[in-house]
Amino acid sequence: MAEAGLIDHTDAAAGIRSRALEGPRGARPRRVLSRRNIILYGTLFVVAVYYLLPLYVMIVTSLKGMPEIRLGNVFSPPVEITFEPWVKAWATACTGLNCDGLSRGFWNSVRITIPSVVLSIAIASVNGYALANWRFKGANLFFTILIVGAFIPYQVMLYPIVIILREMGIYGTLTGLVLVHSIFGMPILTLLFRNYFTSVPEELFKAARVDGAGFWGIYFKIMLPMSLPIFVVAMILQVTGIWNDFLFGVVYTKPDIYPMTVQLNNIVNSVQGVKEYNVNMAATLLTGLVPLVVYFVSGKLFVRGIAAGAVKG
Amino acid sequence: MPSARPSQLFRNLNAKIASIPMILTAVVVFLGGTIWTVVYSFTNSKLLPRMRWVGFDQYERLWSTNRWLISIENLMIFGVLVLIFSLVIGFLLAALLDQKIRFEDTFRTIFLYPFALSFIVTGLVWQWLLNPDFGIQSVVRSLGFEGFNFDPLYNADIVIYGILIAALWQGTGLVMCLMLAGLRGIDEDIWKAARVDGIPIWKTYLFIVIPMMRPVFITTLVIITSGIVKVYDLVVAQTGGGPGIASEVPAKYVYDMMFLSQNLGQGFAASTMMLLTVIIVIVPWAYLEFGGKGKRHG
Repeated sequence: MAEAGLIDHTDAAAGIRSRALEGPRGARPRRVLSRRNIILYGTLFVVAVYYLLPLYVMIVTSLKGMPEIRLGNVFSPPVEITFEPWVKAWATACTGLNCDGLSRGFWNSVRITIPSVVLSIAIASVNGYALANWRFKGANLFFTILIVGAFIPYQVMLYPIVIILREMGIYGTLTGLVLVHSIFGMPILTLLFRNYFTSVPEELFKAARVDGAGFWGIYFKIMLPMSLPIFVVAMILQVTGIWNDFLFGVVYTKPDIYPMTVQLNNIVNSVQGVKEYNVNMAATLLTGLVPLVVYFVSGKLFVRGIAAGAVKG
Repeated sequence: MPSARPSQLFRNLNAKIASIPMILTAVVVFLGGTIWTVVYSFTNSKLLPRMRWVGFDQYERLWSTNRWLISIENLMIFGVLVLIFSLVIGFLLAALLDQKIRFEDTFRTIFLYPFALSFIVTGLVWQWLLNPDFGIQSVVRSLGFEGFNFDPLYNADIVIYGILIAALWQGTGLVMCLMLAGLRGIDEDIWKAARVDGIPIWKTYLFIVIPMMRPVFITTLVIITSGIVKVYDLVVAQTGGGPGIASEVPAKYVYDMMFLSQNLGQGFAASTMMLLTVIIVIVPWAYLEFGGKGKRHG
């Protein structure tokens, strides 16, 4: 068992200090290759390999030709690297009658994601600001309904929203989907902004009030510039969330404006034709690329975003 | 004062105007939409919602439909296993990362990246990895284990475990992150005290640290559960509900009834059952969490 040795070795960084505190057991010579370290890092390494394996398989499969896939195994690196599957996935893969590849879905997703992110953050930040600084009677009741609503399965609200959108004449359009994303992003984002704005010192707000600034003046001149980090966190949350959405895309849009995830699923799971696994994996990677880039670039901010989203989310 | 007092309604007017989207969302969509669905689940709506009352007919039909029963059974097996495994694995990973190791950020980044990917991408990757002719099964067989059998996606009895593997790959990183935050919230002095008393490290975790992290566990539990009930995209991408109807889930039943089978009433009844499931989980949690006013969790 590794645990036996764990107590007195926990403080690797503060070796000398902890050695003094260890007491009767005395100081063991601290080697890099102690049994505890081997087990600890060994386990972590094995788990990391397990987590990375699907990504690796996606990459190597997407770079192989079909003959090689039929012969070899999924884990072997490509003998002959080809980018043809990528080109095909992007430009000529078929869904139904359309054969212009995933590029269409990509641009649809871009056209869905950008306005949805902007609109949902604009609405939620103002909501959060009103809740934090301009509380009016009943505000907390609506906020509570909003937060409770975040736990309601989407399926319960799917059809009523179809009716609302149909009445507004935007069912099956990009505008409709953008609105839906703004609605379902609202609980978590409002919570995020409300909590952040509540932590802004009250004096700042009062001073601005004394100087005659109003609701919008304080929002644009003080709150907005002061809270750029939380806006970035909200953006990360929304970009990955909306890009990865499937359900709303498939319910509220029509085939020619399907987002990338829906189109990807249609390409890969289509029953017609010969399965081209390399093209499928290239398409899958292409779809995962945007959130992956956001994730690896944003680093700790992503973690902060999901923590904010998770705690009481 | 000579002038009439301004009406209550116009006080703080800008804030109220700014809150209109929130109020509309909360009242019309969340509250109104939910009530609407529940009410119409008692009608025999087919292609279009119609207000023809049929009492509990839809529910009776729902609970005598084989496909729904399989969906519920799948959801229960899947749900229990996801809960257990993601909590255990997530906690163990967090505990390992909490040993003041080097490259902590690298390991965390690796464990969490699947969470950034959509369920569609997750489902498709694992569909490929679990492909019996080219995936893990064929690789293990080619290593000499000719009798090795692992084709969950083509075997109705174990298909739900194939989905489980994919779901765990995608989601344990999140649990790990939450647990790690919880572990970091434990006072260093607790560890020192346990060390001084000579309590073995596993006992410290089991009897001191984990009970202290109760709020974190409960919050995580709620998050995982509300995610489990919603599971839809993963199944659609990985198995499409197959083989046959072996991996159907309630969320897919709802979608198919509403938008493919033109059987709205069934869809409403099924989604109301989903709502009920969430309520059963959420209400006790909300009571524990917010019942005692002023209590905060970490």
